[in-house]
Amino acid sequence: MNLARRIIPCLDVDGDRVVKGVNFVGLRDAGDPAQLAARYNAEGADELVVLDIAASRDQRPTFLETIRRVAAELAIPLTAGGGIRSAEDARAVLRAGADKITLNTAAVARPELISETSLDFGAQAIVLAIDAKREGDRWTVMVRGGRESANRDAITWAKQGVALGAGEILLTSMDRDGTKSGFDIALTAAISSAVSVPVIASGGAKLPGHFAEIFTAGCADAALAASIFHDNIQPIRELKEFLAARGIPVRLPC
Amino acid sequence: MITLLDCGVSNLASVERALHRLGADSQRATTPECVSTAHALLLPGVGHFEALIRVLDDRKLRAPLVDAIRRGIPFLGICLGLQALYNTSEEAPELTGLQLLPGGVRALPAVAKLPHMGWNRLLKKHNSRLLEGVDADAYFYFAHTYAAMELGEETVAACTYGREFVAVLEKENMCAVQFHPEKSGEAGAQVLRNFLRLCA
Repeated sequence: MNLARRIIPCLDVDGDRVVKGVNFVGLRDAGDPAQLAARYNAEGADELVVLDIAASRDQRPTFLETIRRVAAELAIPLTAGGGIRSAEDARAVLRAGADKITLNTAAVARPELISETSLDFGAQAIVLAIDAKREGDRWTVMVRGGRESANRDAITWAKQGVALGAGEILLTSMDRDGTKSGFDIALTAAISSAVSVPVIASGGAKLPGHFAEIFTAGCADAALAASIFHDNIQPIRELKEFLAARGIPVRLPC
Repeated sequence: MITLLDCGVSNLASVERALHRLGADSQRATTPECVSTAHALLLPGVGHFEALIRVLDDRKLRAPLVDAIRRGIPFLGICLGLQALYNTSEEAPELTGLQLLPGGVRALPAVAKLPHMGWNRLLKKHNSRLLEGVDADAYFYFAHTYAAMELGEETVAACTYGREFVAVLEKENMCAVQFHPEKSGEAGAQVLRNFLRLCA
């Protein structure tokens, strides 16, 4: 198993601009998506995620155009999502240049969306995004950008999503998101050991050590972060050299 | 001019962009005539074996494709485009592949997480034209659950995930890779560059 652990920058996009916020609120502008994509492609990112945080119907053409512009800059895989409600929405995003789509709120409301898109496009193209928040001794699934509880256990939902045909899970800790206090190791390890597909950990990253521990104790297959990469607080190459020095397999760009 | 088989099931645009970045022209082919008159063919593919084979048959592309490869024009299969060269696939056991290579495509063992999704390295078996100038420890991007597991003379590089499988094959003009060169950064670009050289 030589599979490299993946480092994935995430662009939260509102229309044609990248935005960032803390705990999904208080957004501010962070630049042009295509420019950031080109930078990450060159710096050795293993994949890129673009999420439409507005996810409104009338903004859809703008988002699809953003995907096209971002895809044009990449020689690495692109995952895109936010507001995908049907197989047609999924097709439009894939046609615009994404390799994978993320499903979140719409899949919680109608789980068959996972099987429908998985049959049409293959499990490798379907990423189930789960926003999880701790509630007592369990984690509950949050929807609508983390604003609403779905009253569903995150581990159960992850297993169900995989059974329906999700090929990967993008797991965001709502407790850690934007806090820069480190990934949620307990949550990620719990989900990763419960499912048979790769898990991307998200939420809370700041220090290189946070990445090292999510790949070891957290059993993550990939780790995602946004602002620390946008602001160049953590250059990707340095991060990968840090991980490689600790025996974690990573793809070092030439 | 590289002719890309458009089977409606793959992200053709990313392959086109990768070729254009390297200065190559490409066109999409959806008809038997386009395949028959091609000077170099590329069969990209993601998704389900059944979807690809059904499109090849429905659009009557199977015979011209097999003829073109047998005639000796440069061919590159990517991902599902590699798997389609074999007799059969466990993913759709009732269908037959292009039958240009013996044996079948099978699911990777479930000892590791599936799909095999991410960056992995190759184990070189023979001299390879596609891998010329590629670092021995270079990583390539894979995204698949099924793989060709019968390593033959044509297997120039393998990859290991749960078990060993065919990662790069070259048999005269017929080349194929299980990974996605168009998504594999500079290492992938070098593989495409090498294929373009074979087409020149």
